Amino acid sequence: MRRVAVAGVGLIPVKEYWDRSLQSLFAEAALKALKDAGTDKVDSVYVANMSGSFMQDQINMGALVTDSLGRPGLPAVRVEAGAASGGVAFHEAVKAVASGYSECVLVGGAEKMSDVLPEAATTALVMSEEQEYTAYTGVTQAGLSAMLHRLYLDLYAEPAQVGMMAVKGHDHSVGCKHAQYPFRMSIDRAMDSPMEADPIHMMECSGVGDGAAAMVLVPAADSGVEVVGSAVATDCCSLAIRRDPLIFESVRRAAEKAYSMAGVKPDDIDLAEVHDDFTINGILSLEALGLAGWGEATKLVAGNATDKDGKIPTNTFGGLKARGHPLGATGLYQVAEVALQLRGAAGDHQVPGAEVGLAQSMGGMASVSAVNILRRFGV
Amino acid sequence: MSVPRYWRNEVPRYRLMGRKCVACGARYFPAQPVCTCGGTEFEDIKLVEAGEVVTWTVIRSPPLGYEKYAPYVVALVELDDGMRLLSQVVDVDPADVKAGMRVEAVFRKVREDGPSGIIMYGYKFRPMVE
Amino acid sequence: MKTLRQVGIVGYGAYVPMYRLNAAEINRMWGTSGAPVEEKSVVALDEDTVTISVECAKQAVRRARIDPSLIGAVYVGTESKPYAVKPSGTIVAEAIGATPSVSTADYEFACKAGTEAMQTCIGLVGSGMQRYAMAIGADTAQGRPADALEYTAACGGAAYIFAERSAETVAYLEASYSYVTDTPDFWRRAKEMYPRHGNRFTGEPAYFKHITGATKGLLKETGYGPEEFKYAVFHQPNTKFPITVARSLGFSVDQINPGLVVGKVGNTYAGSSPMGLAATLDVAEPGDRIFMVSYGSGSGSDAFIFTAQDALRDKRGGPNLKGFIDRKRNVDYATYLRHRGQIIQ
Ligand SMILES: [Zn+2]
Repeated sequence: MRRVAVAGVGLIPVKEYWDRSLQSLFAEAALKALKDAGTDKVDSVYVANMSGSFMQDQINMGALVTDSLGRPGLPAVRVEAGAASGGVAFHEAVKAVASGYSECVLVGGAEKMSDVLPEAATTALVMSEEQEYTAYTGVTQAGLSAMLHRLYLDLYAEPAQVGMMAVKGHDHSVGCKHAQYPFRMSIDRAMDSPMEADPIHMMECSGVGDGAAAMVLVPAADSGVEVVGSAVATDCCSLAIRRDPLIFESVRRAAEKAYSMAGVKPDDIDLAEVHDDFTINGILSLEALGLAGWGEATKLVAGNATDKDGKIPTNTFGGLKARGHPLGATGLYQVAEVALQLRGAAGDHQVPGAEVGLAQSMGGMASVSAVNILRRFGV
Repeated sequence: MSVPRYWRNEVPRYRLMGRKCVACGARYFPAQPVCTCGGTEFEDIKLVEAGEVVTWTVIRSPPLGYEKYAPYVVALVELDDGMRLLSQVVDVDPADVKAGMRVEAVFRKVREDGPSGIIMYGYKFRPMVE
Repeated sequence: MKTLRQVGIVGYGAYVPMYRLNAAEINRMWGTSGAPVEEKSVVALDEDTVTISVECAKQAVRRARIDPSLIGAVYVGTESKPYAVKPSGTIVAEAIGATPSVSTADYEFACKAGTEAMQTCIGLVGSGMQRYAMAIGADTAQGRPADALEYTAACGGAAYIFAERSAETVAYLEASYSYVTDTPDFWRRAKEMYPRHGNRFTGEPAYFKHITGATKGLLKETGYGPEEFKYAVFHQPNTKFPITVARSLGFSVDQINPGLVVGKVGNTYAGSSPMGLAATLDVAEPGDRIFMVSYGSGSGSDAFIFTAQDALRDKRGGPNLKGFIDRKRNVDYATYLRHRGQIIQ
C-alpha cells in the first residue's frame, strides 16, 4: 500500500443555510479544499451524506456533486454509514489512493438538516437503527443513548460529570469560525435544561445544523499530514443483543486496527476528535478508544485532561456539541480539524506540538465506527 | 410504513416469536438469516412474556408517527428466559419506572398510518399485574 | 335453546383498562350532578377494541390450557370497531395464534354483540362443527360530551372459549334463549362519532321489556325459578337498571352483586354482561348455577344458564377482573379527552 497524505482541507461554518442547496454547500467546501491543495487533478470523488435521501429526496449524489463542481465525467459515489458516513468515506478515499487506483481523491461530506422540521430530523437520526424492532418501539437516538447514560450513571458517575463533556466542548469552541455554537456553557445550564430523553438533558445533545467539509488526498511525498491508520468496524445493530452495551465494540475494534496500522498506542495520541452527539457517547467513545479506562472517562474530562494543554486534548474545536453535527459531514469535519492541528494551523485552538491525532465517528448506536489516525511528517 | 412491511412482521411482533439456531442453540429476536456460528437452519421459539427492566428512558421528542403518545417510556427489557429486547413500557408513570421492575408483555397499538391508513399493533410491556 | 352435545366454558378472561373518569369530574366539567355510576374506565392512548380483545383472549387461552391453533372460531362482538371495514377478529386470531384454520367475524348488535357471538360459538361447538370456539365482547364505547351516556360509556371486555363439556369445563351451559324485536332505542349512523338514543324510551319498552322477555322465556323453557340460581348477571348500563330488573323478576341483590361491576368500570357495552359473568365466575364455586342475560339496543336479549364445575377453582388463577378493576388511575377530563382521541393534535 502507498502512503497517503492530506493535501487540502476545506470547511464551511456549520449553521443554518436557509438559502443554499446541499450541493452548493458541498461545492464550497470542495473548492476550498482543492484551492488549499493547489491542484485540479482530482481523479475520483467520494461524497459522504447520511440523510439526503430523506431530507432532500436526493440519491445518486455522486453524479450530483461532480456536476455541481463543473466536473461531470469524474467517477463519484456517495458513502452512507449513518452519522459515521464522513469517517467511512474518508476511509474509502484513503483506500483508493493507498491501493494505487487513484492519484488524487476529493472526499467531501455535506448535510442539510435545516430543510426539515425537528421531528423529521429526529426521525432521520433513528433511521440509522434497525427499523422493524428498534425504531418501531418509537425510540429515538437520544433515547437509545439515554438508556446507556442511565446504566453508566448507575455504575460510574454523577449526571454533572457526564455533562462536563458538553461543557468542555463549548469551552473549546470559543473563537472557532466554523463552529455553530461557539460560546461557553456552564454545567448548571446543561443540568437545568429540560430533559430530552431522561436522563439526557437537552443541552447534552448536539443540535441541528448544515455543513460541508472536504479534503484532497494524494500519495504522500516529502512532508505534510499523513494518514497512518484508517479502519472501520461494525457491531450488532441492537443494544439488546450486545453483551455489554456500555462497550462500543465497533469503536474498540476500529481503534485497535487503526492503532496497529499506525504503529501507535493510545498514549501516543496528541489529540482526539470524538463522536459526542450526546455527552454519554463522547464518554463511551473515549473509553472504547482506550484513551480512558473503562468507567474513567468522566474523571479525565472533569480533570482537564481533555483540555488543549491536557494529556489528551479532545474535541479541540468544540466537538459535535459545539462545532455542530451535520450528520454525514461530521466525520470529515473531525478529520479536517485533526489535519489543521497537525499542520499547526489551528489558531487559538492549537494543541502545542501536536504530531499524532485521531478522529472517531460512529453511526447508529456505534453499530458502525470509523477511526482515522493522522501524523505530521517530514517537518 | 408500507402494508407489506408491517404485515410480514406481524407474527413475531404479535406473539413474541424468535428463532433458535439448530447448530449452536443461539437465540435471536428478531430472527436473523445467518447465525454468528454460520448456521442457517433455525427453529421457531416463543419468548417468555415476563421479565424485568434493565435500563430505560422517557421519549419526550418522538419521531414522526409517535407524537400523540409522548411522553412514553422505552426500556431495555430482559425476559425471564434471558432474551433481551427493546420495548415501550406502558400503564406506568415514567417517574415510577425502576431498574429491576417486573414487567409483562401486552398487545397494544404502536402507530397509525393517519386516520385512513392501517393501524399498526405490536408488543409493549407493562408493570406485572399480580 | 339446547345443544345436541353438551357445551361448556373451558377458559375465560376479562379486562378493563387502568384509567378512570369519576362522575364528579364530569359534573365539574358541565355543572351537573349526575352519578349513574361512580366512575368509568378509559382506554390508554394505545388501546382499542382489538387490544382489549387480545388481552381477554390471551387470558382465556392461558386459563383454558389449550393449544390456541385448535381454536376454530374467533368472533368479536363490538360497536367500536377500529376499522369500519376489516375484521377485528383476524387481528385477535393472529395475535393468539389461532390462524389460519379458523372462522372469524365481527358481530354488531349494540351491547349484545358479545353474547350473540357466544350463541354462535355455542352452536358451532354444540353441533360438533368446532372443538374450540372463542366469543369476545369488547368495546371502547362512545358517549357524546355532556350527554347522559358520557357518565357511563366505558371500555373493557371479556372472552370465552367454548368446548364440549368435559372435566376441563369451568362452567357448562344448561340452556340459552334469545329474544329480539325491532325497537330503535339507541343507534349510531355510519360515519357518526356518537350514538343517539331515545332517552327514557331506552328503559321500559327497550331494556326492561327484552330482558324480561328473555329471562321469562329461558326460565319457562328450563323450569327453573329465580331462587334456584346462586348468581345472576343482568346487562349493566348503569347501577340502577340491573337492580330494578332483577328485583322485578324475583332475583335478589345478593345474587347479582358479585357480577355488578358497572359502578366501578361503567358501561362497557358489548363487554358489559360478559364482564359481569367473568366477575361472577371469579368467585363462584363448583355446582353454583349462574343466570346471565344481556341487552342490546335495537333490540334484544340473550339469556344463558351456566353451572360451575370443579375445574373452575383450578383454572381461574392469575390476575382476575377484580385485579384489573383495582389497578386504576383516575384522570381529569382533559386527559380523558386526550385518551379518547378528542384533542386534535
Ligand atoms: Zn448458531
